[in-house]
Amino acid sequence: MAASRDDKPATLADILRNALFWTGIALGLFCLLIGLKTDQQANEIVLVPRVGLLAGVLLAVFLFTVAGGLWTSHHQARRAAGKANVTGDAIKRIEPFIKPFLIAFVLTFPFIAIGLSGWQGSLKWIDNFGIQILIYVMLGWGLNVVVGLAGLLDLGYVAFYAVGAYSYSLLATQYGLSFWILLPIAGILAAFWGIILGFPVLRLRGDYLAVVTLAFGEIIRLVLINWVDFSNGYAGISSIPRPTFFGIPFTNDEGGFASVFGLEPSGLYYKIFLFYLILGLALITAYVTTRLRRLPIGRAWEALREDEIACRALGINTVTTKLTAFAIGAMFGGFGGSFFAARQGFISPESFTFIESAQILAIVVLGGAGSLYGVVIAAVGIVGGFEILRELDFLKEVFGNDFDPAQYRALIFGLSMVVIMLWKPRGLVSTRDPSVVLKERKAISSELMKEGHG
Amino acid sequence: MEVLVQQIINGLTLGAIYGLIAVGYTMVFGIIGMVNFAHGDVFMVGGFSALILFLLVTGALGHGAGVIFLAIIVCLVLGMALTGLWNWAIERIAYRPLRGSFRLAPLISAIGMSMVLVNFVQVAQGARNKPIPPMLRDGIKIMERDGFVVTLAYKQIVIFVVTALLLGIFWYVVQKTPLGRAQRACEQDGKMAALLGIDVDRTVSITFVIGAALAAVAGVMYLVYYGVISFSDGFIPGVKAFTAAVLGGIGSLPGAVLGGLIIGMVETLWSAYFSIDYKDVAAFMLLAITLIFLPQGLLGKPEVEKV
Repeated sequence: MAASRDDKPATLADILRNALFWTGIALGLFCLLIGLKTDQQANEIVLVPRVGLLAGVLLAVFLFTVAGGLWTSHHQARRAAGKANVTGDAIKRIEPFIKPFLIAFVLTFPFIAIGLSGWQGSLKWIDNFGIQILIYVMLGWGLNVVVGLAGLLDLGYVAFYAVGAYSYSLLATQYGLSFWILLPIAGILAAFWGIILGFPVLRLRGDYLAVVTLAFGEIIRLVLINWVDFSNGYAGISSIPRPTFFGIPFTNDEGGFASVFGLEPSGLYYKIFLFYLILGLALITAYVTTRLRRLPIGRAWEALREDEIACRALGINTVTTKLTAFAIGAMFGGFGGSFFAARQGFISPESFTFIESAQILAIVVLGGAGSLYGVVIAAVGIVGGFEILRELDFLKEVFGNDFDPAQYRALIFGLSMVVIMLWKPRGLVSTRDPSVVLKERKAISSELMKEGHG
Repeated sequence: MEVLVQQIINGLTLGAIYGLIAVGYTMVFGIIGMVNFAHGDVFMVGGFSALILFLLVTGALGHGAGVIFLAIIVCLVLGMALTGLWNWAIERIAYRPLRGSFRLAPLISAIGMSMVLVNFVQVAQGARNKPIPPMLRDGIKIMERDGFVVTLAYKQIVIFVVTALLLGIFWYVVQKTPLGRAQRACEQDGKMAALLGIDVDRTVSITFVIGAALAAVAGVMYLVYYGVISFSDGFIPGVKAFTAAVLGGIGSLPGAVLGGLIIGMVETLWSAYFSIDYKDVAAFMLLAITLIFLPQGLLGKPEVEKV
């Protein structure tokens, strides 16, 4: 980590000294928090020493820094020897082939799942993996409008998700309206809230904006918890009606989906239907955002991201530009929220915590703000990765029965956010090339330019 | 009237804790222009270190009044050192390589670090609330009418004295020592300071260490005052302290303390006279209102846009 700044490769002694230094730091950091565990016994807290674990962690830090040091010195030696470090942007090269393949795979995914793991086994794949990942892909694409295109860091995106979910649940349970009517209404309400919350923060930038949006997200959650008459508080809203297929409900009795189409009764049809529903919503999000990027408003967003002062100097109305970004991002969040409520059948404020916002933001930022593919890759990696982690039973044998990978979710998120920022601050797949160019792309693209303070 | 006096005392206590955290936000923002999103969680780490140190000392020496006093001193000194080390390491690993990178990179890295800290403490120490035995339970009766007694608890006195003392030391360091001069120089113009031979990296590191040390003091005070801490206790006080820093004018050190006291008062009075459920909402709304109507804060300088 702390490699010598000059290009001279570090010697082994340097590397070891550096590793010992960081191990000493780690000893200072972890001696209390790992070395001693606070355990509840009867009515008081007692300390249980964990020397073995502390030693293990320190050894891991030592080995990691040695490996890191060797790796950097190896690279420095190679660079000194004049060997160019050729790392082509592989994803860009195969980009034309990804799209049709990806779409074909996703469209046939439920049938591939049924074919590979049978009628019962496919339920897990379609529900836990397919639908779950697609929800986050859709939310990621929605937030991408705000963060990736307009460059406004929004830490309260989950507020709009909550607005969508509660709009659908409350209107459906109180007034019996159908999912298909309420879906656009939920989107409009969320967009409306996007504008309301967008107004006060118009003058804010970067860091301030992030903290204020975070505060707004928390305000909405706290109101949902405390305003029991409206939202039923912590208890949440249950028995939210399911969406129907052009008026045909997904029930197993007469007039249900299976009997109308003469199929065997099974719960799987509903899951497949939900899968295509969220896929459709996600594709609409992607289509709308790619089209918007080419409109004047989309170009204004990208310009705003690059330099706000220049934007204003060129006569772009930053107020409408920011508000439309908030509103459109919020609208997709609202769609996602009402789908979430319909799929779960139960919602409570617990589903809309800051960690949820952070997860969506992590997907956008890690994938590469502004990139549609990046969001997909990050969503598959993060959401799918955790589902797989939950499946791995052999981890229990290695780490003991108490080991629950879900516990480490935020730790892995956080670390991956830091590591990706250090390694590729723009995300895995990212581009700052403008979506629209005049006649030809210039040799000096914005990729090479320093960024203004927008 | 008695209720009001009691609430003002409680509000000032809470405000002192927020003020100590807010100083860390405002210093870091002043010097490198980033919101150290993980600062609230550094405060929580300080509180947890204090918890463990407190248990170590009382476990070895018992629960006498002298031991409690000694334990608080140990918590303060070692807690400040270890929490300072945490923030030093965080700055070194997660922020320093990103200085000069694109605008949002350090902030996202800080959000990541905040999640790492919260989850690390949760996994390492368990998710339950960690109470300590009640201490310094008595107080001084200030006035009494119709059976309502206004008390100034001893722990509140400890909090006021320690906060005032440490802020005094801190004020002296910033105003009168070469280190403080270097800090103020970096704040005004980092490049120029570097040209004049100030080691900017080192100054920034020390700023992080000092900010964390004050947050650790806030952590000890929080533990003494509430007698309980949990892994998630950094988030809400963190946002409130940020509010305090913004309210006082970000970059301004007296502003941060003033803002902290105001937020503490608003929160306590709101809980007492309106609704305890919405006290966090009140603090968050205050943040939004400040940023809309008074973006430079009470004591801050108006921001000048430069191209």
